[in-house]
Amino acid sequence: MSRLADMIRTKKLVFEYEKRDEEGNVIGKHRAIDEVDMEIQPGQFIAILGHNGSGKSTLAKHMNAILLPESGTMWVDGKDTSDLSHLWEVRQSAGMVFQNPDNQIIGTVVEEDVGFGPENLGVPTDEIWKRVEESLSAVGMIEYRHHSPNKLSGGQKQRVAIAGVVAMHPKCIVLDEPTAMLDPNGRKEVLRAVQGLRERERITVILITHYMEEVIEADQVFVMDQGHIVMQGTPKEVFSQVETLKKYRLDVPQVTMLAYELQQRGFSIPDGILRKEELVDVLCQLN
Amino acid sequence: MSIKLEHVGYVYSQGTAYEKHALKDVNLEIGDGQFIGVIGHTGSGKSTMIQHLNGLLKATEGTVYVNGENIYADGYDLKSLRTKVGLVFQYPEHQLFEVDVISDVCFGPKNQGCSQEECLERAREALQLVGLPEKYYKESPFDLSGGQKRRVAIAGVLAMKPEVLVLDEPTAGLDPKGRDEILDQILLLKKELHMTVILVSHSMEDVAKYVERIIVMDKGKVMLDGSPKEVFSHYKELEQVGLAAPQVTYIMHELAAHGLPVRTDATTVEEAADEITRCLEERKILPAEKNILQAAQQKQPEA
Repeated sequence: MSRLADMIRTKKLVFEYEKRDEEGNVIGKHRAIDEVDMEIQPGQFIAILGHNGSGKSTLAKHMNAILLPESGTMWVDGKDTSDLSHLWEVRQSAGMVFQNPDNQIIGTVVEEDVGFGPENLGVPTDEIWKRVEESLSAVGMIEYRHHSPNKLSGGQKQRVAIAGVVAMHPKCIVLDEPTAMLDPNGRKEVLRAVQGLRERERITVILITHYMEEVIEADQVFVMDQGHIVMQGTPKEVFSQVETLKKYRLDVPQVTMLAYELQQRGFSIPDGILRKEELVDVLCQLN
Repeated sequence: MSIKLEHVGYVYSQGTAYEKHALKDVNLEIGDGQFIGVIGHTGSGKSTMIQHLNGLLKATEGTVYVNGENIYADGYDLKSLRTKVGLVFQYPEHQLFEVDVISDVCFGPKNQGCSQEECLERAREALQLVGLPEKYYKESPFDLSGGQKRRVAIAGVLAMKPEVLVLDEPTAGLDPKGRDEILDQILLLKKELHMTVILVSHSMEDVAKYVERIIVMDKGKVMLDGSPKEVFSHYKELEQVGLAAPQVTYIMHELAAHGLPVRTDATTVEEAADEITRCLEERKILPAEKNILQAAQQKQPEA
């Protein structure tokens, strides 16, 4: 039985990649996801951290049935993804945005690119235009609607890719390292757009990233290692454990590291400081 | 090896509707053994600039001198320049292609005309330098992790024994530990082989931690050129061109604004922690154990 209240739910989810030799015979298996249990409520902002090869992208690809579980179950909005009769509903519920914006844009004009998704869903033309307008406004790209995507910056392209997913009216959007190839400004633009989606459109956001500063606004942070979820909690709870995170090849935001360093030197500074304002307040009050 | 760019300009697709002036009057001198960071937003001209350093792009205006020689002069050996200035592009692992790791790294020296033995020796040496364990040498490069692939790709350039190593965002897409490992390794190379290293990066935190000189590019021009402390003191100008200072620099400025008399030029966590400690101790705010120690010392005369 799946519970309808969860946006995403997994039970003992397992996925294995097969290693093959040149003739295509299976010579070994690598378990990328190992009995993961996870629940994500609608409207939440979830961050997934983990080193390269920890299984986070493989997990993300289960969320819109690009990959299907080897064993165990993945429910998206109450629907079992292994049941192929749900495939299109699953893909419509959970949209995905990938790392490289250049691989995700197909249109020659921005608005055409954004309209591609809803058109494929068979949405009537008037409704497509309405959705294109709404989703481009939601990511702050409406003034570029008539532009050619290949003249845009990385951050702008990535926002167009997000708008393309939003136009399909998903309940949930999964972003797999959307900022990895962007400069600091591009990163900021994309994060702002993602925040806006969650606040205004009430879309569940699942963000996979290697930039620790990007997750401090999340409701929940999951940390993955060797296909397992090894830490789970609010950003404050997770980033309080500096040494544990380092063990998992991760890091903490620079301000958290500075607070931790001062704490190690014996100053009385609380755990898990995430914002520079917090640290400035604490330091100014030391007496 | 010294490289000098004099009034260098570069125009893409000159004379067409897509003409773009990517570099304008760039003057730079890159001395021996320096560790240099190049920062700038997407489209600022960083990648165009570094492709002039080994003659991959030919300046449409100005000249490039290597060891005092004009590289555009007739008869200049550009092929040997390209082995002296090794360029590691973004996502270099996309360029891996051989059946196993060691053959992939041998490709460069093989093209330089080295003997099979010499190729293997150089490949082994290069793989050691990037810290890839020997058990992977016979593996397919495609079976390695992202960080390992990138090491192999960097080794492929090192095997050509360049004197200058230019890396375009070598840590993009790597996890934090992988980021630190690659950069620590590069720093080690620079120290051990006295190589000149030029690092193009989008991470202000990384350049602040590793390099001794930062070149800031904007709209095809060099906007700032100096030590990390000097460059990041212009954080307001940097913000205007889509960049920023490391987070700790902002913290120092805010502390100063709140009346804590700290110097604001720290650019790394270590420097910031030292400066805050100094400032707090001067104000007689001491770490807990020092407080106890001091209290104990004050008590002693009475005893």
